Amino acid sequence: MSDVTLKARRPSARPVWEEEPTAVGQGVKGVTLAGILVLVLGPLWCVVITSFSTQGSINRAGGLVIVPHGLTLNAYRTMLGDGPVTRALFVSLGVTVAGTVFSMVVSVLCAYGLSRSRSLGHRFLLMLLVVTMFVSGGLIPSYLVVTGLGGFDQYWALILPSAVSVFNILVLRSFYGSTAAELIDAARMDGAGDWRILWSVVLPTSRAVTAVITLFYAVGYWNSFFNVMLYMPTSSQKWPLQYVLYQYVNLGTNMPGQVNSGFGNAANATAPLSLQMAVVVLTLVPVVIAFPFVQKHFAKGVLTGAVKG
Amino acid sequence: MVVAAVTTNSADVPGRAEEAAPGLPGLPGHPGAPGTPGGPEQSLRPPSPRRLNRRIRLRRDRSLLLMTVPVVVLLLVFNYLPLFGTVTAFEYYDPIVGVVNSEWIGLENFRQLLGDPLFWGSVWNTLELAAVQLVLFFPVPVALALLLNSVLSPRIRSFVQSVTLIPHFFSWVLVITLFQQMIGGAGLLNQFLRQHDMTPWNIMTDPSVFKLLVTSQVIWKDAGWGIIVFLAALAAIDENLYEAAAMDGAGRWRRMWHITLPGLRGVIVLMLVLRLGNVLNVGFEQLLIQRYAVGHDAADVLDTFSYFYGIGTNNYGYGAAAGIFKSVISLLLIYGANKLAHSFGEDGLYRK
Repeated sequence: MSDVTLKARRPSARPVWEEEPTAVGQGVKGVTLAGILVLVLGPLWCVVITSFSTQGSINRAGGLVIVPHGLTLNAYRTMLGDGPVTRALFVSLGVTVAGTVFSMVVSVLCAYGLSRSRSLGHRFLLMLLVVTMFVSGGLIPSYLVVTGLGGFDQYWALILPSAVSVFNILVLRSFYGSTAAELIDAARMDGAGDWRILWSVVLPTSRAVTAVITLFYAVGYWNSFFNVMLYMPTSSQKWPLQYVLYQYVNLGTNMPGQVNSGFGNAANATAPLSLQMAVVVLTLVPVVIAFPFVQKHFAKGVLTGAVKG
Repeated sequence: MVVAAVTTNSADVPGRAEEAAPGLPGLPGHPGAPGTPGGPEQSLRPPSPRRLNRRIRLRRDRSLLLMTVPVVVLLLVFNYLPLFGTVTAFEYYDPIVGVVNSEWIGLENFRQLLGDPLFWGSVWNTLELAAVQLVLFFPVPVALALLLNSVLSPRIRSFVQSVTLIPHFFSWVLVITLFQQMIGGAGLLNQFLRQHDMTPWNIMTDPSVFKLLVTSQVIWKDAGWGIIVFLAALAAIDENLYEAAAMDGAGRWRRMWHITLPGLRGVIVLMLVLRLGNVLNVGFEQLLIQRYAVGHDAADVLDTFSYFYGIGTNNYGYGAAAGIFKSVISLLLIYGANKLAHSFGEDGLYRK
């Protein structure tokens, strides 16, 4: 019985005409796959374990800890207390949420607005969009425009210049364009306008692509780094998490108001290294949490669909 | 992925399919199947005898047009306006008097650029890095996709695929920090070397291996992302071909050589073209972050040059000139890569 269900769950069993796999081949394949997993997960493991380690076990290991021993939450307590990292976390969350909502609203509207074939001017507008994928003024003219509009040290400089991804809009558009025409025609017969159709017909039938594009935008904002370097290089009060990570972990700059190279208070015996690793963990956790929710759409569906056009 | 844009783009070149009027002018909508944008179904539809005039269409489509306004405005301000800013490359740009009133110096910035050894250093770095990445990075996703495709258990397959995909969503700062912790001066590798009385080797600050380091970072971050498109192409290969070949006595490797690889050819060429077009964009943030550690001799590429010698020294016109230089070469590369794709009998970015 269990054998039957097992077989049923393996649709890609080896076809009869294929040769028996050789033991050597299987071994090499297994070792390669395991090696790949270790290469990707190994660094993450070390970083997470070190961030939870006591100074004692970090000293014993002489740096990064591989085998957990004497775990503690001290680094996280220090980090999330009143300090630059907490502030940076809120800045990052704020920019990410505000930016993603804004980007999604304008992108969904634009994608739908361009998805009805033979609407007035949609070819021209499409060209207007696509051209920006291939031609750009370059770094310096963009910088001059944003600072000319007063964007220096402003949060909007982290959002507006990168709010539109033409690629994302084209993906959304190709999905909206393939929404069943009968549904849309039926809605139109019932007197629904374009706004209503977008909200009640198109959006509910394209949840997967919406989820994936939302993730794309959110990850983009969460990871945004260069915009910070460009538009608010010196206002450490406004730095998001990625830039804090860069300054205090990557470059090893001192945190303001701290004496040692880490940013813990020397008295409460939290290792600077564990603290640094805690910042690393903090920047990667949201990505790892958000990932499984949309991962299933990646493998099949959204992207491959987009590839096939 | 980018392919979507490309397909859509090529199908929507104005004048390709005549804008025919909708079949039912009385219906307040957009008759006919929207279908995939552009594409063949437009030519299948019989041309309508009547053409709605602009005013009626404007009234019908005004909500649609309204919806595109925010994006169009954003693009005009942040993408099109900077295009006019490129004139700073021909000026001695002074931020106080602005683009319009700055002193016009013609090609002086370009002349200076061509005599600047730092500039040629960054051009060389850009090309070298692009070549190394093309040779070392490009085959990795293809090989990984073939490997994954040969794994029978769907559980293992999707697990490995998910794990390798995750780093794509990490920021460059994060990736480089992780590398620093593993192989940097105070990292795991040197920790081990020191404990076993061997000479420590700080790979992160060694200019001689910097290009390999950068490439390995790209592989770590993006190989899993690259797999997706090749796996999709593999899934599209007809299973019967394999069976027939096996019946004819073709072994595992011959089947891969004669069925799998030819099946992937179109996608491989397309990805190669896209890669070539992007070749000059070699990891801007990635290099920017590591420039302090390894020094500008090894880490400066065209983009970082434009940043450090343009914005960093307030010599905006000079930096903009370097930017233009880069754009022109990029466009030439896209064009050349497409020619190459066409000569392979593939579509490339746009059709012949």
